[in-house]
Amino acid sequence: MRSSIAVAAIGALLALAGCATDEPTTAASGSASGTPGSGTGEQSKFFVRAEYDKELALLDATATGPAGKPWEQVLNPAMVETAKFKKPGPHKVCFSNAGLNNPWRQVGFKAMQAEVDTQQSRIREFVHVDAEGKDQKQIADINDLLGKGCDALIVSPNTTATLTPAVEAACQKGLPVIVFDRGVDSACPVTFINPIGGYGFGHVAAEFISQKVKTGGKVLALRILPGVDVLETRWSAAKVAFDKAGVDVVGVEFTDGDPAKTKKIVNDYIQRYGTIDGVWMDAGAVAVAAAEAFLDAGRPVPPINGEDQLDFLRLWRDNKLTAIAPTYPTYQWRTPIIAALRILDGEPVSSPWKLPQPTITQENLEGYVDPDMPPLHYAMCGCADLPGYPQRWK
Amino acid sequence: MRIAEGRRPPARILRSRPGGVVPILVILAALLVLLTIRQPDFLAPPSLMSFLGRSAPIILLAAGQYFVIVSGEFDLSVGSLVTAQVVVAARLIDSEPSRTWPVIGLLLAFGAAVGLVNGLVTTRLGVPSFITTLGMFLILVGAVYLWSDGAPKGGLTEEFRRFGRRAFEDVPLVGRVPYALLVLLAVAGLAVLLTRSDFGRNLLAVGGNPRTAELSGVRVWRAKTMAFVVSGLAAAVAAILIGGYSGVSFQAGAGLEFGAITAVVLGGVALGGGRGSVAGAMLGALTLETLFALMNFYGVSGALKSTAQGAIILLAVAVPSVRSSSR
Amino acid sequence: MSTALPLPAGRTAPGVFVALALTLAAGWLIVTIDGGRLFSQPTIVSLLHVAAGLGLVAVGQTLVIIGGSLDLSVAYVISLSTLVTAQTMAGSDGALLPAVSLTLAVSAAIGFLNGLLVTKARVNAFIATVGVGLLLKGFLDSGYDGPAGETAPALVRSLGYQRVGPVPVSFLLLLAVAGAAWFVLARTRFGHHLIAVGGDPEVARLSGVRNDRVLVTAHVLCALCAGLAGIYLASRLGSGAPRVGTEGLYDLESVAAVVLGGTALAGGRGGVAGTIGGVLLLASIDAIFNQLDVDAFFKQVIRGVIIVAAVAVYARRTLRKAAF
Repeated sequence: MRSSIAVAAIGALLALAGCATDEPTTAASGSASGTPGSGTGEQSKFFVRAEYDKELALLDATATGPAGKPWEQVLNPAMVETAKFKKPGPHKVCFSNAGLNNPWRQVGFKAMQAEVDTQQSRIREFVHVDAEGKDQKQIADINDLLGKGCDALIVSPNTTATLTPAVEAACQKGLPVIVFDRGVDSACPVTFINPIGGYGFGHVAAEFISQKVKTGGKVLALRILPGVDVLETRWSAAKVAFDKAGVDVVGVEFTDGDPAKTKKIVNDYIQRYGTIDGVWMDAGAVAVAAAEAFLDAGRPVPPINGEDQLDFLRLWRDNKLTAIAPTYPTYQWRTPIIAALRILDGEPVSSPWKLPQPTITQENLEGYVDPDMPPLHYAMCGCADLPGYPQRWK
Repeated sequence: MRIAEGRRPPARILRSRPGGVVPILVILAALLVLLTIRQPDFLAPPSLMSFLGRSAPIILLAAGQYFVIVSGEFDLSVGSLVTAQVVVAARLIDSEPSRTWPVIGLLLAFGAAVGLVNGLVTTRLGVPSFITTLGMFLILVGAVYLWSDGAPKGGLTEEFRRFGRRAFEDVPLVGRVPYALLVLLAVAGLAVLLTRSDFGRNLLAVGGNPRTAELSGVRVWRAKTMAFVVSGLAAAVAAILIGGYSGVSFQAGAGLEFGAITAVVLGGVALGGGRGSVAGAMLGALTLETLFALMNFYGVSGALKSTAQGAIILLAVAVPSVRSSSR
Repeated sequence: MSTALPLPAGRTAPGVFVALALTLAAGWLIVTIDGGRLFSQPTIVSLLHVAAGLGLVAVGQTLVIIGGSLDLSVAYVISLSTLVTAQTMAGSDGALLPAVSLTLAVSAAIGFLNGLLVTKARVNAFIATVGVGLLLKGFLDSGYDGPAGETAPALVRSLGYQRVGPVPVSFLLLLAVAGAAWFVLARTRFGHHLIAVGGDPEVARLSGVRNDRVLVTAHVLCALCAGLAGIYLASRLGSGAPRVGTEGLYDLESVAAVVLGGTALAGGRGGVAGTIGGVLLLASIDAIFNQLDVDAFFKQVIRGVIIVAAVAVYARRTLRKAAF
C-alpha cells in the first residue's frame, strides 16, 4: 500500500512541469567509449583491453617535464587550450574530496595542502570538502561548492560512474574542473590527472612474481575488497599476466585490509599447500602481515609485492626479501593545484595528464627507506621539498 | 528491538532451559570433522596450538561480551576500543622497549574506563546500551583518527608483540605453546570463576528479570556497570594480543563487535539476558574461527564467505530456537 | 480491541524539533561569523538531498523499532535495490515502471524473510537481520565488481535532480512516505496493533493481536522503504552501486535517527514525525560542519556525543515522568 502511494506520489510530481532542475542536460548517458576521462577503465565490470594496452605502453614511455619533479612531468602529453579560463588572481580554489579514510589519502592530502601553502600568493582561499567515502554526499558537496564562487574546482571522485552526472553539472557552470585519481565518464573536465593506473600496478607486480616463480608454482593473490574500481583493474591485469605465465593461482582472497585476517588466511594456505611460491597483493596495506605470516611459521618469505609504504620497505630491507613495490604515487595530489593555476593563467595543459608511476625494486630500494618517517607513510609522496616536511607527515 | 526477551514469563524459561553448551559443541564437532577430512594434520599439536593462539582475541572478546549480554545489554564499542588501544599503544610505545609495561597498564585502565563510562551512561542516564555503545563506537573511531591524524604513528616493540605473536618453544608433547593461548586459559579461568561468584549470579538474575533482582536486593546498576567494565578489560587484553599478532592498523578491531555478539549468541546465550554460560560464549567464538579456517581450507571463494557465514549463523540460531519453542 | 494504547506519535517528537531549531540557529550564527552562508540555495538543496536518502530508510526503521524489532540489513537492501533498478532499466525510460516494481518486490521479499526469521524461527532481530545482511553481502561481493546498470534518464531527471524551489522532489517523496507511515500508525488497526506488539507482546497476544503477522508486515514495510531509498539513490547516481548502502552507514545511521526522534529502542513508543526531525538534525549537523570545513573525524566524535546526549535527555524526562 505504501508503495502504491509512493508510486502515485512520484507520478504526481513528475507531472509538475516548469520546475527548477539541477540536472545537467547531458547527464546519465554513461557510455564510456573512448572518452579521455575514463582513465583506467575502472568503471567497467569487464576488463578493457584497449585501456590495458595503453597503460602497459605507458610503462615504457619517457616523461617530459622538469627532472626530479615527477608531479610536474607528463607521459605522452596532449595539450589542450585553456585561454577561455584565464582570470586575474589571487584565486579561490575548491576541492571535493572522496574521503580521507586511509593513510594513502592522508599523505596525499597533506602534500596537496603543502602545495597550496607554497602557492600562497596566488591562492586566496582553498576550500576542501570531505565526502567521507560516500557517493551521495560527494554529489551534494559538489552541488554545494558550485554556490560558493570558486574559480576552479578539483574533484577526486569516490566512484567513476556515479559521480559523472555531478561533475558534468559542475562543468556546465563554466568554471574549470580538474579531476584526479579516479576519472569520470565524461570529456567535460579540462583535464584528468593520474599516474599510469591500476593495470600498470597489477601487471608490474604479477610479472615480477611470475618471473620468480617457476611454471606451475603456487601463487596466492590477496585483495582488499571486491567492487572497488581502482583495485579491480589491478587484479584484472595481474590475472592476464598469471594466465600467460602459467603459474597456479591457488587462491584469491579478500582481506578487508585487516592484518589479522591476512595472517590467518596466509597461515591456512601454507598449511593447506605445504608451500606457497609467491604472493601477489592489490595494495600494500597488509603486505607486512602477509610476510610476517611466513616468518612466524619459520619459513622463507616467497617472492612478494607490496607498495611504497615504509613498513613494508623496511621489512623488505631488514629481511632481505625477494620483493617489488609498484606504486600509485601520492605525489599526484600536488599536480591538481599546479594544473588549476596554469589553467587560470590560460596556459595549455595536457589532457589527460598522465604522471610517471615508478616502481621500487631491489636496485633503488635504499633510496626510499626512510628510518624517520611513520610506518604507514608513503615513500613516493614527493613531499621532501614542501613546507612543513617532515613534521607535517609525522 | 527484542532486547526485551526477558519480559517473557519465567515459566517458559524453565521449561525449555536452553543456554546449554550441547548445541554449540555439536556444531563445533561437526566443523572439526569436516576440517580434518580435508586437512588431516589440522588437529596435530603444532597446527592446533597456533590455531588456538590466533583465535584467543575473539574468544576473549566473546567472554567479555557475555557478561554484558547476559545482563540484558549490548556492547557495540569493543571493536572500536580494540582499534583505539592498538593505535594508542603504538604511538605511546613508539618502539621504545622500556615503555612496554607502563603502556600495557595504561591500556587496561583505558579499557576499564571506557567500560565504566558505557556502564554509567547506560544505567544512570537510562540510555539504551545499543545507543550508548554505538555513540562510544563513533567517538572512539573519530577520536583515534583525529589524534593520529589519519595514519597510525610510532611502532610496537618486540616486547609488546610477543604476547600475540610468540610462543614457548620445545614444549614436550605439544611442541610450541603460544603465549596468547596461556593468556586465554588464564582469562577464561577467571571468567568462569567470575560467573560462579555472587557477581555472576546477580548478573544472570538482573538479565532475567531486573525488577525481581532489584527487589531481592541486587543493585542492578552496579552489576550492569561492572559487566561493561569487564567487557572493556577483555577488549584491552584482546587488543594487546591482536596488536602483537598482526601489528598496528586502523583495521585492527573492525567488525569485532559483531563477531563477538554473533559468537555469544551461537554459544546459546540469549540476547536480552538471563540465560547462557560464558563457556558457551567462548565455544561460540571458537566455532566461528573454525568456520573461517574451514572456508580457507575448502577454498570457498573470498566473496562467497559472507554468504556461507550468514547462512550458518542463521541456521545455528534458528534451528535450536524453533525446536525449543515447538517442544 | 485497541483500547488503552499509548499515544501513537511519541510525546518527545517536539523535543527533537527544538534541538533542530537550536542547532540551525547556532549553526547559522557560527557560519555567518565564519563568513559563510548556511541558508544559501545550494546548501539547502544538498541538505534536503542527504535527508531524503536517510529519511526514507529511517521511516521504515521506525516501524520495525516501534514493533520491538530492528533491521540491520537495510544497508545491503539499499545497495541491491540500486542495482536491480539500474540494471532492469538499462538506461531506457520504457522500463521505468517494471524496474520500480521489481525492485520493490525484491525488497519486500527480503523484508518478508527477515520477518519470518524473527517471528517463526524466533531468531533475535539483531542476529536475523545481520545474518540476512551477510547473505546479501556475499551475493553483492561475488556478483559485482563496481557500479552496474544505468538508471532511466526520466527517473534521473525527476527523482534525482528535479526540485520545486529549494525542495528536491526526493524530499517531497520522503514527506509523502512519512505521511503515509504516520497515517498507518495513527489511524489504522495495523498501526495500533504494531504499537501494542512493541509495547508488550504478551498483552497484545492476549488481547487478540496476531503478533507474528503484524511484525512480518512491519519488516516488509521497512524493506520497502529501504528499496525506495535504493531507487532514489539509483536516480541520483545514474547507476547501481554495490557499496552505496554500506558506505553510507545506512543501517546504524537510520537507527540513530529513529532514536534521536524519540522512538524507544525497546519498542511500543515513538513516531514518524520525530524520526524526520532526527534525520533533519543529522543532515543539518552535516551541512553546518561542511560549511565550516570541520574535520570529518571530529564531526564523527561530535555526532556520537550528540546522539548519546539527546537520548539521555529523553531518558531523563521519561524517568522523571515515571517518578510521579
